[in-house]
Amino acid sequence: MAKKTALYDRLGDLGAKFTEFCGFYMPVQFERGILAEHKAVRTKAGIFDVSHMGEFVLEGENAERDAEKLFTNGFLGMPDGRARYTLMCDFEGGVIDDLLVYRADRNKFYIVVNASNIEKDREWMLKNMTFESRLRDISDEISMIAVQGPNAEALVKRLFSLVPARFYTFLFSEFKGLKAAVSRTGYTGEDGFEIYAENSAIGPIFDECIRIKDEYGAELCGLGARDTLRLESAMPLYGHEMSGETLATELRLDSFIKLGKEAFIGRDALLSKPPKYARIGLKLLGRGIAREACPVFSGDTEIGVVTSGSLSPSLGYAVAMARVKSGIELFDLSVSVRGKSIEAELTEMPFYKRNY
Amino acid sequence: MKDMRYSKTHEWVKTEGAVVSVGVTEYAAEQMGDAVFVELPEIGASLKIGKPFASIESIKAVSEVISPVTGRITEINQSLLDSPEAINRDALSAWLIRAEVSAFDGTLMDEAEYNKAVSVSE
Repeated sequence: MAKKTALYDRLGDLGAKFTEFCGFYMPVQFERGILAEHKAVRTKAGIFDVSHMGEFVLEGENAERDAEKLFTNGFLGMPDGRARYTLMCDFEGGVIDDLLVYRADRNKFYIVVNASNIEKDREWMLKNMTFESRLRDISDEISMIAVQGPNAEALVKRLFSLVPARFYTFLFSEFKGLKAAVSRTGYTGEDGFEIYAENSAIGPIFDECIRIKDEYGAELCGLGARDTLRLESAMPLYGHEMSGETLATELRLDSFIKLGKEAFIGRDALLSKPPKYARIGLKLLGRGIAREACPVFSGDTEIGVVTSGSLSPSLGYAVAMARVKSGIELFDLSVSVRGKSIEAELTEMPFYKRNY
Repeated sequence: MKDMRYSKTHEWVKTEGAVVSVGVTEYAAEQMGDAVFVELPEIGASLKIGKPFASIESIKAVSEVISPVTGRITEINQSLLDSPEAINRDALSAWLIRAEVSAFDGTLMDEAEYNKAVSVSE
């Protein structure tokens, strides 16, 4: 039986259509629908319950060294109060998860992991970190709201006297005496915030967001819009763009993989294995949507599959990310959708970029 | 004289004199969410009870539209190709095709029966 987030009843009262996702009942959309929610985030603001995400605390005198060893991005000497996106690899260079790592100080890191990978990540980290560090899985105690969009800052400032001024930074703040970590991060391609609080504190914080949302044109949003927003921003999603079979170097996420740093788990394998695949962005030229698992062709040769695809509500045409064989000349691209070939062209990622 | 009936698979069939139109119900439109592409058959194509004849693609998924009649298509609603959102706005006036019909699905329901069936399935 799937779990309910601390906001489940509130979301139901607000018209959520629920689905089961990663072991949680999560809202796919609310009454106005995915397109309206998507547009609100791009033009004004959107509010999401993303409490399904997992949270860990890594602490101890060796925490910084352990982060450096477990993750592909660099954490040694990282300024306190910052957040960094990273991959975590196995010894073969396969991707265990993609995560967000917050540095409180050199002895304490907060880690946000995909809901589907909570147990796997925890076990992997426990097995591969030093005995001096401690890892606490606080996923069941912590809830999370994302407020995303150009008006997110104004909205979040109404709740918290102190909010992070720069993207990818975080701080601790309070709403009416309730503690929260406020992070200027997100999964939509917009400016925005992610607010972490204990389950007992998230309700009042959420209620206040809902109470004032109309002043900022904000919509309550579900996972449907979250998916189209992250796709337009070409942000990979674990289980779609990547899995344990994917080499970290096959994702076009090279700026998050510090091959030059001191050894991290998977580095040797990544240095010795040439990537077999590449993540590419496609724009569909014909009508229709290329969805996950649709075969991609260059000329008559099948070169890979679509990993995520949708109509891009902001752009008005369908886009897709695909995993294709690397080192192959790409010409006359097409995607096979339910037996029908739709012409496509290689396009830059992200598909959509904010202009502020 | 106007007659509106509904299928188990959430299509509506409207008979106005000799003209029969087919669309999807409000319930179907709500279930699939925002329609973004509609695929329609050619004029002259044949329809068969229980067979898909069109598809409506939303952000979330593709749904096939099942024919509640057997017959031949005489008209398609071209405007839906450019404005699929009309289905979400007013499903009962967003007809997909019109047809010459030789047989109707024997299990079609009237409005009260259909509303009851939908409320039970929810």
